[in-house]
Amino acid sequence: MSARDPSRSIRGRTPARIGDRIFVAVCAIAAALPLVALVYLVLQLLIAAAPRIGWSFIVGQPALDAHGSGILPALAGSVTLVALTALIALPVGLAAGIYLAEYAHATRLTRWTERNIAHLAAVPSVVYGLVGLVVFVRTIGFGRSLLAGAATLALTVLPKMVITTRDAMRRVPRALRQASYALGATRWRTIRHVVLPMAMPTIIERAALSVARAIGEASPLLVVGALGYGVAETRGAVSGSSSDSFTALPVQVWAWLTAPDQRYVANAAAGMIVLLVLMLLVSALGVYLRRRMTRAHEG
Amino acid sequence: MQVRGLATPPRERAIHIALMAGAGLTIVVSAGLLAVLVFESVRFFGDVAPSRLAADTVWAPAAGRFGLWPLLAGTLLTTLIGVGFALPLGVLAAIYVSELAPPRVRRLLVPALELLAGVPGVVLGYFALHALTPALAQSLGLSRLNALSAGLVIGVMLVPMIAVLGANAMQRVPLNLREAAYALGASRLTTILRVVLPTARRGIVAALLLATARGAGETMIVAIAAGHVPRLGFDATQPTATLTTFVLDVSMRTGATTAPNAAYRAAFVCGLLLVAVTIILNVLAQRALASRPAQAPR
Repeated sequence: MSARDPSRSIRGRTPARIGDRIFVAVCAIAAALPLVALVYLVLQLLIAAAPRIGWSFIVGQPALDAHGSGILPALAGSVTLVALTALIALPVGLAAGIYLAEYAHATRLTRWTERNIAHLAAVPSVVYGLVGLVVFVRTIGFGRSLLAGAATLALTVLPKMVITTRDAMRRVPRALRQASYALGATRWRTIRHVVLPMAMPTIIERAALSVARAIGEASPLLVVGALGYGVAETRGAVSGSSSDSFTALPVQVWAWLTAPDQRYVANAAAGMIVLLVLMLLVSALGVYLRRRMTRAHEG
Repeated sequence: MQVRGLATPPRERAIHIALMAGAGLTIVVSAGLLAVLVFESVRFFGDVAPSRLAADTVWAPAAGRFGLWPLLAGTLLTTLIGVGFALPLGVLAAIYVSELAPPRVRRLLVPALELLAGVPGVVLGYFALHALTPALAQSLGLSRLNALSAGLVIGVMLVPMIAVLGANAMQRVPLNLREAAYALGASRLTTILRVVLPTARRGIVAALLLATARGAGETMIVAIAAGHVPRLGFDATQPTATLTTFVLDVSMRTGATTAPNAAYRAAFVCGLLLVAVTIILNVLAQRALASRPAQAPR
């Protein structure tokens, strides 16, 4: 280090400062670039979507005519997926997270379980699609349904929910639990009335974020057999609507995007805006619930 | 933290068991995941000798040719472009977030990075196909579908991940190491390059490994911007195919409706490979993180 020779740092002072400044600027640009990309992306989408986006697009049915096409079935599909996915994944995620934070002893099995969950969180979502296809669509017999889609998305968010719950519970100070035990509360009453109320706002907020990201995923839904409606028959699309399958926003967008007919591109852009807004609304709901719960907890 | 000397009431015990079942279910999920992938892969290898995967250089399941190399090359190509683009940018952004940004900027920057990390693959794929490719096509001679745009946009997806994970690693570097460097007359640049980065290097390596796993598993960006054209080679100006795009392609063709054939089962071999790659990279990342607590470089 330069300190070994004190004169070096003094001699090197002025150039070092200029170097410093350039370095700070380079780092700041690197940090700003992703945000510039994000803004550019949203602007591009808005411009491309301008000819389509509007109320009639949101409440309209998909049609072969790109101009008169709407997105209602896909929007309804994605809203249903939000509810079903949360309904399936949240109880299991909560249970597993609470167990790992409050009950599990630091045994080898526990460590192995936690590592396993970390691995599950990293498995690509398209692979969960394959599992959903074999287990939910073909074996259990949900068919190509919203339920099969939601169960598949639930698999992708489950590990994240477990990790979120476990970490939020672990951050609650130990002294609070001991105070509750000292008052004679059992372990579950302590969890139910002391630990969970403190951890729940964080859990709900992060869970909403996970679900919001999950409904943006096209690949697991395409693999379990979701279709884009109102596009000339190709892979992953049907010309009308389908009674033995389902649709959702990212799938509909994919069908419009990959259709050979370039007039659908504006529909795809408009569909992406609807998708991004829905994702933002779901995350915002999480933030709202966190705020409300925190206030109720304090007051 | 058990209260000893008291019999556990039955309600408590029931709740304990219910919660344990939740944790057990996560093990069932991974066992089921592996079982599905291994079962279908074994049936695939009943039809197609494993050696044909390595001996053939053409991936054309419809024609009964299952040479894996084109898919591996495509996966490697798009992932390396993405990571190569994201690593320098991500580390510089991490330095800014952790070391240089005023607190107010940092509080804005981190959520913004997470927002970008949450942009769906279909949207990023659109970006690659309709913004990046047209911008680069003339000067680089890109075809409409190409590996370069897909890889670069995978990079855009990975930058926030590397930046956030890298910044966390730098935040774990004890403050007194920085103070010691400043006390010895080191500039901010010297402190970051010679003290903070070397001390946080394990965390940065872990971020790199996790980003690689994420890039290799990305499906929609490649499917939209690079198509699904298995070709052996590393020409980034041309369309390509990856393990993930094959899984997507074949399950959309035969997935839910027709009887399983060898091509359908090959998707599970690709799935198994993807899981193996992500788990190996994850284990390596965890090892990099766990091997030693932050320590000053000697």
